[in-house]
Amino acid sequence: MTQLPAHTDKKLGLVIDLDTCVGCHACVISCKGWNTENYGAPLSDQDPYGAAPSGTFLNRVHSYEMQPDHGAAQLAHFPKSCLHCEDAPCVTVCPTGASYKRVEDGIVLVNESDCIGCGLCAWACPYGARELDAAEGVMKKCTLCVDRIYNENLAPEDREPACVRTCPAGARHFGDLGDPDSAVSQLVDRRGGMDLMPEQGTRPVNKYLPPRPKDRLHETDVLAPFLAPVAEDPKGFFAWLDKTLEKR
Amino acid sequence: MQPVIDLSPKVSDEVRRTTCYMCACRCGINVHMKAGKVVYIEGNRDHPVNKGVLCAKGSAGIMQVNAPSRLRAPLKRVGPRGSGEFEEISWDEALQIATGWLAPIRAKNPEKLAFFTGRDQSQSFTSYWAQNFGTPNYAAHGGFCSVNMAAAGIYTMGGAFWEFGQPDWDHTKLFMLFGVAEDHDSNPIKMGIGKIKARGARVIGVNPIRTGYNAVADDWVGITPGTDGLFILSMIHVLMKAGRIDLDYLARYTNAPVLVNGDPKSPEFGLFLRDDAGKELVIDRATGKLTPFDHPGVRPDLAATHRAGGITHRPVFHQMADLYLDPQYAPEAVAERCGIAASRIRAIASELARVAFDEAFELDREWTDFRGETHKTMTGRPVSFHAMRGISAHANGFQTCRALHVLQILLGTVEVPGGFRFKPPYPKPATAHPKPHCKVTPGAPLDGPHLGFVQGPEDLALKDDGTPARIDKAFTWDNPMSAHGLMHMVISNAHAGDPYKIDTLFMYMANMSWNSSMNTRGVIDMLTDRGDDGEYVIPRIIYSDAYSSEMVAYADLVLPDTTYLERHDCISLLDRPICEADAAADAIRWPVIEPDRDVRGFQSVLCDLGARLGLPGFANEDGSATYADYADYIVNHQRRPGIGPLAGFRGDGTQAGRGDPNPDQLNRYIANGGFFVTHVPDAAAYYKPWNTAYQDWAVGIGLCDKPQPYLFQIYVEPMRRFQRAAEGHGDRQPPDHLRDRIKATMSPLPIWHETDQTGNDGFPVHALTQRPMAMYHSWGSQNAWLRQLHGHNPLYLPTRLMRENDLKDGDWARVTSPHGEITVPVLEMTALNENTVWTWNAIGKRKGAWALEPDAPEATRGFLLNHLIHELLPPKGDGLRWSNSDPITGQAAWFDLKVSIAKTTPPQESLPAFDPIKSPVGTGPKTLRWKVGP
Repeated sequence: MTQLPAHTDKKLGLVIDLDTCVGCHACVISCKGWNTENYGAPLSDQDPYGAAPSGTFLNRVHSYEMQPDHGAAQLAHFPKSCLHCEDAPCVTVCPTGASYKRVEDGIVLVNESDCIGCGLCAWACPYGARELDAAEGVMKKCTLCVDRIYNENLAPEDREPACVRTCPAGARHFGDLGDPDSAVSQLVDRRGGMDLMPEQGTRPVNKYLPPRPKDRLHETDVLAPFLAPVAEDPKGFFAWLDKTLEKR
Repeated sequence: MQPVIDLSPKVSDEVRRTTCYMCACRCGINVHMKAGKVVYIEGNRDHPVNKGVLCAKGSAGIMQVNAPSRLRAPLKRVGPRGSGEFEEISWDEALQIATGWLAPIRAKNPEKLAFFTGRDQSQSFTSYWAQNFGTPNYAAHGGFCSVNMAAAGIYTMGGAFWEFGQPDWDHTKLFMLFGVAEDHDSNPIKMGIGKIKARGARVIGVNPIRTGYNAVADDWVGITPGTDGLFILSMIHVLMKAGRIDLDYLARYTNAPVLVNGDPKSPEFGLFLRDDAGKELVIDRATGKLTPFDHPGVRPDLAATHRAGGITHRPVFHQMADLYLDPQYAPEAVAERCGIAASRIRAIASELARVAFDEAFELDREWTDFRGETHKTMTGRPVSFHAMRGISAHANGFQTCRALHVLQILLGTVEVPGGFRFKPPYPKPATAHPKPHCKVTPGAPLDGPHLGFVQGPEDLALKDDGTPARIDKAFTWDNPMSAHGLMHMVISNAHAGDPYKIDTLFMYMANMSWNSSMNTRGVIDMLTDRGDDGEYVIPRIIYSDAYSSEMVAYADLVLPDTTYLERHDCISLLDRPICEADAAADAIRWPVIEPDRDVRGFQSVLCDLGARLGLPGFANEDGSATYADYADYIVNHQRRPGIGPLAGFRGDGTQAGRGDPNPDQLNRYIANGGFFVTHVPDAAAYYKPWNTAYQDWAVGIGLCDKPQPYLFQIYVEPMRRFQRAAEGHGDRQPPDHLRDRIKATMSPLPIWHETDQTGNDGFPVHALTQRPMAMYHSWGSQNAWLRQLHGHNPLYLPTRLMRENDLKDGDWARVTSPHGEITVPVLEMTALNENTVWTWNAIGKRKGAWALEPDAPEATRGFLLNHLIHELLPPKGDGLRWSNSDPITGQAAWFDLKVSIAKTTPPQESLPAFDPIKSPVGTGPKTLRWKVGP
């Protein structure tokens, strides 16, 4: 058993906009690239050119179809990584103290030198956000790019998680969700940001912005300017044209 | 106690900035290096294309440059074609072999070389090489990609989407996109959608499949494939009928007021009334007199007709009214065919008009038009469009793309704030482009550029006896406006000896024995077929690729290219640059790492080969090489005095566009992040085709040599000239079997026509492919990271077809077309047109290719739809070979495919199954842990 801190100074996390995520996987691969070279063991790939390629990823994009009661089916892209929960069950379940939540910013990390690869944390995480690296035998998870966000070797504008920096659609936002005045907190307020599976009681820090309602154009049809015909045939049209051009 | 961790680890020793080539988008990348090795790739924040972001492909570049599929040395075939039996040879031997084959061809019959360059980003260079070789048989892959989009745009308004222009992301409020190929334009479209959604602007997606951009679209129109033109023309009908069009814009900037000969008995019937100088004539509303369209102060009249010599001349706008107000285009008349309710067609048209006109705004920027009139402001119409292969890869795609451009023009949204904006060097009308050239002289260059824009029958690439001059039959009566050639017909025609036999097929970056050809099995057979004499029907094949693609096995000589991080390239203003609407820009690639194999950049190899062959432009008088390598060419070649491949840092390093070669130019590019950008002045930012400030700026930086203002060609007169020939006028006459088709399809105003349905009885379902955002054609599957995202490709079926065929997810179906049959796994998808099936493009692989294990899912469960599509239409009984292409441009009609579906017992693997080919590079490692640093 490992204890969570009673309080964290900040609640750093991601706000992911499901209204604009086009499902391109840019975040997935940028994350893979950064975290293969940086924090801890590289993210390995087994059978990378074979029948069942299987690698470690800290962030994956899933796609779900939804059939509303009325109108066409919809498709939502859903990127998922560690949500850095305030009540992180992956931490409290850890038998060695390897999993921990940082006091200063709330980031949930794995201290790989203490990780025995027992997998309890992955089992405890209701989001499936942890992956055991098959080559290294240690648990890997999103670090919120802890080695980027404070990194003095990076330009200040680059001190954000790799997935946020790379997202072409601007669907990923990073900041302090513990500060109600932060840009991310305000975005969450404005757009009705939501917790993922709140019933699990994990109090995730990451938030998701829901897709806006879709396929509403036909519903506003009657309110739109009516396309009243000015003519029914070319002859009438030319008469209208003459009249219209006269006025100019 | 919390562990102490290093929050500021060293990121890299050095950052080298170059240009991505993981797809066609050409983003700027920061390549982080440690100990001389690539450790991380991210987007370049300063770059005009991607402004720091990068897609999955770009970030996975590190797995492309370490891919086990990379070719290692030149290869000489030692087994039968297709066996994959090669021996590695030296470059000297390889180049001697190539020279030995090509020199005699050039001396006697230059046309016996067919040189086609696939996904080439150096076409201004490769075409220059081919022109100096003297063969007429050169093109890149545009014919099987998106020539309909490009050609329709250029003929209509002097540019199309992607490289030609972009939505005004800063001002647009309604963005409508039609069937998109994701790499055209990859990151800018994502960035744009994100940007406009963030400020509450809306997106309408028109696509039979609701994925990607269509998934985030506010409104999705799941149209029936191939009916986009009908949908667009119906909206045009509705908008014209309601008078919701921009009459002022039409009168000033388009040929809507230009007078057309209306006498069916006149030889000039349907052609423009022109003055002695050849200028189109309009009636000036101020004077009521016949006046050249560009006369200072003229106010062209959309309504007035003109009678002269007993012939009534009516403005184009009259013909538009006659055609588009016809009830055949009423929403109720098209709804069923398009699969869109009439009320929805009206609602969308109404919304386009509401935003264009009721949300119009003014930018406080003064500008002067080409008639000398100064305007105090610029009027914004915040509706923009984008479209790509989805609408162009049909046999009616050219007219559909034209219809979309005419819709934009009717709304007055092109080159205005909030609408669609050109990127330099566009706008550029068709008349400012070259015409095709095909005059062959043994031992000498071709008489001009291969590709271009015909203005009438006199410009066709025909021999004196009327037969096609080109192996792909581009610029013939079969497809007169084939501006990009027909790469998909080269192997088929060369094998058939129609119009003639060739000696050497030379290809670059084109996987023609697999996913880049229709009728894959047939193409493989053509490449390996032998004549009665035991020799191959296509005698010699030279192929250049960086990777062990399926095509490698079919070459006699393989010239191994470098990866994109090991080479010089230029993304040139002479070619397909990276400009933005507000800036002219070009870019380079440079070797940020050195090859660890005996490979050479293909363009450098062409410089060498050109010198060995003594080609003008590549060999000096003393026989020495003009250019040491491609980098030397990039810096020192001048297309016109002072104009070279790169526009930046010319002369003493301060000159843009025009200037002497600067030996330090590449270093200046590298220091600047791999690109050069120069901004369009504010007063020149919009109305570019007619804006004096823009025209002067374009001349200043060398985009053109004199101002070239022009009118948008709603009515494309060259098309009418082809119709006129088909009606029997003129010296150059089409063959009789094509007359009716030319008359029917080459309408000078956009129309919609049903594509040729020969053989489609019993095949009621549309079948499409899409490219996943994380893969680029066949290139992605060799990438260890990307193939984990898309390692196999089910056939997605709509719920209706799943139920009708008693199919469940994971079942297998036999999919049959008039041409062939495949057996593949299926998956249900609801957000899909109910009569359309689809799969991801180019995931299926041949066993043995790309250094994948033979049991890789790409090779066992993956599949291609290509097996169902033939390059020819089914025989019509007339003995003729009818190409499965747009009859105007020759664009490959990939998306006209119709199939039937039946449940079947699961086979061992997807069918058809092909024998493995022997890999020249083996297979990859069993585990990857790619960490360079400590």
